[in-house]
Amino acid sequence: MDFEFILKHIPMYTEAAILTIKLGVMGILLSIIVGILCVLIQYYKVPIIRRIVSVYIELSRNTPLLVQLFFLYFGLPKMGIKISSEACAVIGLTFLGGSYMAESFRSGLESVDKIQTESALSLGLTKAKAMRYVILPQALSTSIPAICANVIFLIKETSVFSAVALADLMFVAKDLIGLYYKTDEALLMLVISYLIILLPASIFASYLERRLRYAGFGN
Amino acid sequence: MEKNEKVLEIRHLSKDYGKGAILKDVSLDIHKGEVVVIIGPSGCGKSTLLRCMNGLESIQGGEILLDGNVITSGKTNWSLVRQKIGMVFQSYDLFPHLTVMDNILLGPLKVQKRDKKEVEKEALTLLKRVGLGEKTKAYPRELSGGQKQRVAIVRALIMHPEIMLFDEVTAALDPEMVREVLDVMLELARAGSTMAIVTHEMQFAEAVADRIVFIDGGEILETGTPEEFFKMPKTERARKFLDTFKF
Repeated sequence: MDFEFILKHIPMYTEAAILTIKLGVMGILLSIIVGILCVLIQYYKVPIIRRIVSVYIELSRNTPLLVQLFFLYFGLPKMGIKISSEACAVIGLTFLGGSYMAESFRSGLESVDKIQTESALSLGLTKAKAMRYVILPQALSTSIPAICANVIFLIKETSVFSAVALADLMFVAKDLIGLYYKTDEALLMLVISYLIILLPASIFASYLERRLRYAGFGN
Repeated sequence: MEKNEKVLEIRHLSKDYGKGAILKDVSLDIHKGEVVVIIGPSGCGKSTLLRCMNGLESIQGGEILLDGNVITSGKTNWSLVRQKIGMVFQSYDLFPHLTVMDNILLGPLKVQKRDKKEVEKEALTLLKRVGLGEKTKAYPRELSGGQKQRVAIVRALIMHPEIMLFDEVTAALDPEMVREVLDVMLELARAGSTMAIVTHEMQFAEAVADRIVFIDGGEILETGTPEEFFKMPKTERARKFLDTFKF
């Protein structure tokens, strides 16, 4: 094991990790927004748009991210729409993540009993206020474990970004192997880099889950 | 007790879910300060009638008036109407993510935009009145069924409704907790509240009611004072229904 090689290339990995995190965080935040929008459209049964959302969710969940990225990066330019690698990555991740987030929020919303809405309405709250003060807080706390799982899943999915010419962690590792044949070192650093990103995320997720399960509301 | 001012008027109300009528041509007036108890076999439409009064069910015919204004015209501002019609449900419907105090404050603060200090003070007074002055910071999960229903009553009362609807509020309770909830309702009735109560507790109905309304098959078959109804029911179906409570 060539430790000098490893030390020398830490900055390269750090830079790549920062890019991975940056694009990942953007994609995840947008996924959450898309997810909430989709689920509200379905919850309130908005005509027509609701069908479009269903088609989107099926399309997104049943195609691999790599294929989605290829479509954005190689397919769209053929139709005259050219977007940067970074935009492709964020849009692709959002396209994938939005449907997963929507499904998680939906299970949360469905777990809230109908009587909760009715008793909120009976106090004179409007539908929007009932959603905001009564339904959403309960739905979110139920959804959080699934949302955390999605976040970790999406961070892992970022490893295909190198396919659209982004200098992410996978890209750097492949690059170093190609240049110096230091396969062991390059791959070891790759694994460690992902662990450094994902372990804290996982630990935080299970902490959150435990808090929600045992602390609940006042127990 | 009975005054002539009508709070709620139901005129020729009909309701169906698509397969058969749930309510057929139901007419009923509830006067200020009056306690109307609606009884009848399961599935007779009594809960549906109560839910119609609060706009939780759509209706197919007839109309409902609150203080002389039609509230079933389709242009109703339900938020405004529901502030005047308090409701307590059968299942424990407290908001589990809020403390007892926050459950009670939600309506006054978010709907009526009242002053927080003033409402908190009133909430505490009401909670003490139902014997739960110590529980302001508790979460619903930490309360017994009877305590939850008493909080739900306070949560409805604090909106200062003109009429309170009670939909089988003791039906899901353990027997030993029924009394504490009924006592609160009895006290409200004696204090002159206008109430419409759906219940299966016959002795309570007899004690609390100014008027008994007997519903079967979606129709009002009989109305009368508790003495009339329980001592000498006029219809065969009412007699049969009352017999099911005797051993």
